[in-house]
Amino acid sequence: MATKHSRAASRLMISPAVLLLLGWMIVPLSMTIYFSFLNYNLLMPGAHNFIGFDNYKYFLTDPAFTTALINTLVLVGGVLLITTVGGTLLALLLDQPIWGQGIVRVLVIAPFFVMPTVSALVWKNMFMNPVNGLFGWIATSLGLPPFDFLAHAPLFSVIMIVAWQWLPFSTLILLTALQSLDSEQMEAAEMDGAGAISRFVYITVPHLARATTVVILIQTIFLLSVFAEILVTTNGGPGTASTNLTYLVYAQSLLQFDVGGGSAGGIIAVILANIVAIFLMRMIGKNLDA
Amino acid sequence: MGQITLSKVTKKFGEVEVIPPLDLEINDGEFAVFVGPSGCGKSTLLRLIAGLEDVTSGTIAIDGTDATGLVPAKRRLAMVFQSYALYPHMSVRKNIAFPLKMAKFDQAEIDRRVEAAAKVLNLGDYLDRRPGQLSGGQRQRVAIGRAIVREPAAFLFDEPLSNLDAALRVGMRLEISELHNRLATTMIYVTHDQVEAMTMADKIVVLQAGRIEQVGAPLELYERPRNLFVAGFIGSPKMNFITGAEAARLGAHTIGIRPEHISISPSEGAWKGTVGVSEHLGSDTFFHVMGTGLAESMTVRTSGEVSLRHGDTIFLTPQEDKIHRFDADGMRIA
Repeated sequence: MATKHSRAASRLMISPAVLLLLGWMIVPLSMTIYFSFLNYNLLMPGAHNFIGFDNYKYFLTDPAFTTALINTLVLVGGVLLITTVGGTLLALLLDQPIWGQGIVRVLVIAPFFVMPTVSALVWKNMFMNPVNGLFGWIATSLGLPPFDFLAHAPLFSVIMIVAWQWLPFSTLILLTALQSLDSEQMEAAEMDGAGAISRFVYITVPHLARATTVVILIQTIFLLSVFAEILVTTNGGPGTASTNLTYLVYAQSLLQFDVGGGSAGGIIAVILANIVAIFLMRMIGKNLDA
Repeated sequence: MGQITLSKVTKKFGEVEVIPPLDLEINDGEFAVFVGPSGCGKSTLLRLIAGLEDVTSGTIAIDGTDATGLVPAKRRLAMVFQSYALYPHMSVRKNIAFPLKMAKFDQAEIDRRVEAAAKVLNLGDYLDRRPGQLSGGQRQRVAIGRAIVREPAAFLFDEPLSNLDAALRVGMRLEISELHNRLATTMIYVTHDQVEAMTMADKIVVLQAGRIEQVGAPLELYERPRNLFVAGFIGSPKMNFITGAEAARLGAHTIGIRPEHISISPSEGAWKGTVGVSEHLGSDTFFHVMGTGLAESMTVRTSGEVSLRHGDTIFLTPQEDKIHRFDADGMRIA
């Protein structure tokens, strides 16, 4: 891409793809913005008149909104904490030479291939159910009353389910990063008198910083929009105890048939996601510079 | 102090014995060079001394105390790696200070020693840079700096110059020798380059397949190689080996004569041949002489101003007192 000519040619070649992607994004976004200013409820046919920012006002003043916002942040933060810390520890374990390494690695990655609805249902019915679930059985075997996870700790349960799904992803990325650590660096640190913990703190953790950043950024994008796990387990409840923004938008538009309000919620969610992204890039984006 | 004694040290990787029982003594303040072709076990031997590999049997003593079971950090040795192994996320200052920090020195002492090391190695201007922003030679210096701040009993160098270009290599070679003269600390240096071995060592240890072929001062190895392997390995260009009738005449199975101990003449001499490739270095000229009937090709070294062309007839005369004689097992006949 050195010459002026080749630069111009490259711009020309890449423009159809850019235009397609732009259209792909712009059309739904502008339609959502358009709907968010209309009084548009599927239960009330007739004219969809323009009502300005009323939809936004109703969505933001909805008592469920603050809960949903906090739940979203707790859900994202909790899952990120479990997956990065747990992923690092698991990656350290898997990096050790063990018998049957290949099979163990495949087993560890397996949860990522289970679709969210299926894994959430498995957790709901086979583990967390107080009557039929494994945890309930363990509790009653010990003479304790079974704990109804989804009723009494709904958000925590959702966090556990989602973390279980994403742990393999972070483990996998951190494991590849660990394997790219120069063994001579570790040996040099060993010669320099660093014990196992010092080597981990001073050599391994800084080496993993970039991979951890990638894990956090990618997971945040997906965790902000967790939906299926909530839908099949708690339905956002009890009350709004496990409702996140995505679920609130769903409830607004498809349970109350309020297209306008749902669209306004969607736009608010987009804005909030961007605020989160800006904060994240400020905090950890510098790790991505070479 | 830094006397290192290896007795009956062996190393096996699984069933493969890379170091058969080996004894070696390295004296305090000595510059010892392990040299040999690649795969001869010289790096493994260094790593055994460093403690990065466990010996299969035998003992390693440092300053008279048994260090065989000690972890690397407790052996008071410092190592410079082939890849330098600098910590990429730390500044040069932090890299050099790392061993001191691990040894829990107080900050004032750390600063003082880092400054001193930086001064010795001309790193003063680079202390706040990252290793990624330095050239190969500077990284090499940082790695040495990290080794010297701890004031270890001995330094271990694992092919430290092999990633540098030729000109820089000569410069760093001098700097390391200079450093050894100034610190007077024991150094063990691993290389496959016999020129580095000859120029830097007090004591050369020639290794082949994990066995020590010969130990001695550079000139001792050059003048009195113990066997064919050492004779062929030490010296550049390589020694010429002649077998057959010419060797039998001197009562040997093989005789060796270095290229610099053969004189040439266009008209008369002991052996007749034709000039093949000639390499002109300015100061010297190397002739590869073909068709002598003694060996496939004989290498001869002469001064720079000889004008013989490809295909010219040439007569070679060896200096009789410089001929090395070897028996059928390849061992030197005294």
